[in-house]
Amino acid sequence: MNIATVPPAPLDSEPVTEPSKEQLLEISMGPQHPSTHGVFRMKVVLDGERVVRLKPVFGYLHRNHEKIAESVTYLGSMPYTDRLDYMCSITNNWGYALAVEKLAGIEVPERAEYLRVICGELTRLQNHACLIGFLMQDMGSTGTPLMYAFREREKILDLFESLTGARMMCNYMRFGGCRVDLPAGWLDRAKKVIADFPRFLDEYERLLVSNEILMDRTQEVGVLSRELAVSAGISGPMARASGVDYDIRKVDHYSIYDRFTFRVPLGSHGDVYDRFMVRLLEMRESVGILQQATRAIPAGPIVDPKMKIRGFRPKPGEAYGRIESPKGELGFYLISDGSPNPYRYRVRPPSLINLTVLEDLCLGRNVADIVAILGSVDIVLGEVDR
Amino acid sequence: MNLEAIKSEIEANVPGCRLELVANPSPSGQHSLLLDGEHAVAVATYLRDAAGLRFDFCSNVTGIDWPGKEVSQTATARKIVDGLEQEVEEVGTTAIPGYLDVVYHLYSVEKKHGPLVLRMRTQDRHSGVHLPSLTPVWRSAELQEREVFDLFGVFFEGHPDLRRLLMWPGFVDHPMLKDYVDPDDYEYEPTAHDVVLRRVNQHRSEAGGR
Amino acid sequence: MYGGTELVGEGILKGMAETARNFFGSFVSKDRLTTVQYPEERELQIEVARDFPFLVYDGADWQQGMRCVACQICEKECPPKCIFIEKSKDKKPDANGKPQFYPAVFDIDISVCMSCQICVEVCPFDAIKMDVDYSLSTDDRFGGLLLNKQRLSKSNDYYRKIHPTEAAEVDARLAGERARQEAKAKAAAEATLATAAVQPASGESR
Repeated sequence: MNIATVPPAPLDSEPVTEPSKEQLLEISMGPQHPSTHGVFRMKVVLDGERVVRLKPVFGYLHRNHEKIAESVTYLGSMPYTDRLDYMCSITNNWGYALAVEKLAGIEVPERAEYLRVICGELTRLQNHACLIGFLMQDMGSTGTPLMYAFREREKILDLFESLTGARMMCNYMRFGGCRVDLPAGWLDRAKKVIADFPRFLDEYERLLVSNEILMDRTQEVGVLSRELAVSAGISGPMARASGVDYDIRKVDHYSIYDRFTFRVPLGSHGDVYDRFMVRLLEMRESVGILQQATRAIPAGPIVDPKMKIRGFRPKPGEAYGRIESPKGELGFYLISDGSPNPYRYRVRPPSLINLTVLEDLCLGRNVADIVAILGSVDIVLGEVDR
Repeated sequence: MNLEAIKSEIEANVPGCRLELVANPSPSGQHSLLLDGEHAVAVATYLRDAAGLRFDFCSNVTGIDWPGKEVSQTATARKIVDGLEQEVEEVGTTAIPGYLDVVYHLYSVEKKHGPLVLRMRTQDRHSGVHLPSLTPVWRSAELQEREVFDLFGVFFEGHPDLRRLLMWPGFVDHPMLKDYVDPDDYEYEPTAHDVVLRRVNQHRSEAGGR
Repeated sequence: MYGGTELVGEGILKGMAETARNFFGSFVSKDRLTTVQYPEERELQIEVARDFPFLVYDGADWQQGMRCVACQICEKECPPKCIFIEKSKDKKPDANGKPQFYPAVFDIDISVCMSCQICVEVCPFDAIKMDVDYSLSTDDRFGGLLLNKQRLSKSNDYYRKIHPTEAAEVDARLAGERARQEAKAKAAAEATLATAAVQPASGESR
């Protein structure tokens, strides 16, 4: 199937089925669909089982987050960022806090940086576990790998609840540090969870990695070339599976990631299997970072002492801050005009940008492959539609 | 990565382009380059392909609404008042027209540097909103420019598929503009504040103080 | 296919061995059996968990002992604007005896509240804290989830029960402030007594 022969859709109308010799069938996958990871719709034009055209339809979960942020204060936007990528609320908070700290020139004390890294990497662990579980679920394994992954995720969510008060909507970061310090015994419990995690990864690998059905369904499926990945702005594990050596933790040197040794797994084929394996390997690297961080965390203040909760007015200017969230590059672009509310607040959503190439990946494949490919892109609709 | 050096390099290699450095007063130090509409695609292609720069990763495309404002100035002038020549203060208002900004954040995957911030400005906010699309240069701008079109109304020429992204196809207005008035369709507001409270009170008084 | 095994089906069999290990292991080891039979079995409530806010009152009378002085800071800082406060016209004495305003109306719409806890962080009087009660479902769509002042008021003893460490810290801080106020009042009273003792002597001499 030559991509160049598929004509682009006319302006401001919906794609039409070409009246041609073959009988083409246009179906709508979603918005209510068990495998689309949320309210996401794809208009798929099929020739039998093969995909001829695929147009994603966004906006079913659009909650005008960016406009709301213009009418609340900077701190008031923090709980809303929890709900962007609702699986990884702590890394969303971190990205936003980083952008505001860049905007206002706020410094973060050392213990707060360690706390941020620990919570961020725990978030990455539970997000990748969740994602792999759901990918397996979508491909039909009726819950077994999903429940094994969720068993580990529950342990991490319990840790979050004892630290921040909520399992998923953590609202943990503040500008210049973290909201609350570790309660007694938390670090020991976290160390135990982290020490148990490699055993789960080994079990998972034994369960799935050489499973022939998985390999048949995911290898050479949804191959994303390196050049297209860079041009289309793909970031995160999806780009790294295609061989793009770009991990923002290593490139931007933000926070204290320079103090930890960790490798960046890269894939060579760029297919669904590689994205799955890259995430498994990233979980192992995250466990390594966590072990180093929990050993080395110092005592000290957890928030910049000059920051007050109320009355925060950064000077006029703009800043773009980005982090390596589990989904990809999560960026926040803020413009301040000196008032307590931001003038412009923009979220650079990795899930939406990673969906740019969905059509390219799915063309010529079967309908069943669409589900596997969409699962491997790792989208969360809260972030796609904001 | 010196912005001045990049600016002179682009001006040397893309003839006829008019670039302007827009300073950013915040501590982030992320100053931006204002491009003109005619040469934007040429500048972008140069930035992507030049050996020393290689900005092949367009990370973020943002739309910004700057509504027009009226600035009042007081000027003193000598005038004859009551037969005496005196200094009189006159208040004059000048209208600064509004415009829409589109900001691109560029990074380099190959050279691992960035961000480079580019801006493009429309002529005004409603009718003169045509800008060249940078999607032929960076594919990642495709969905993000669609979003800027949807929420701000900027029309990107050369975009392969410019449709609304987040709002439904029959929607009329552009929601992120500062003067957008959202439709009055809520039924129950128990803890109303500010604008919502004003509208709820207006509904109540219209309905006869129910 | 790349990375496969020698025998076809060996990978699937290895996976099934893992599943069998988990299945039989759940009869034997505790950490393989992760299901909690709710509502007969409940997990221990984590202390810092938060659901929706409530107003704290000291003592036995919820109207008399309410700590809230209707400063409306929580109303301003609440991101989804779910708190609605109307200040009273008169004042009532607070725990230190000082006359303060109190909220005539204090509504929280918990269908809007997102449990972000910012109201708790900004309250200068420790008057609003986070509850852990989640069984708040109702079938009244309009008004059933709008909690008024009475439903929101819960005693300090209840606060001590649900968040022991936090409540102990708040009590210690408030007691310390009260002690400081009393010490200041006593010092001021002693000072006025001293000047009053001096004054009549000079008055008599006049």
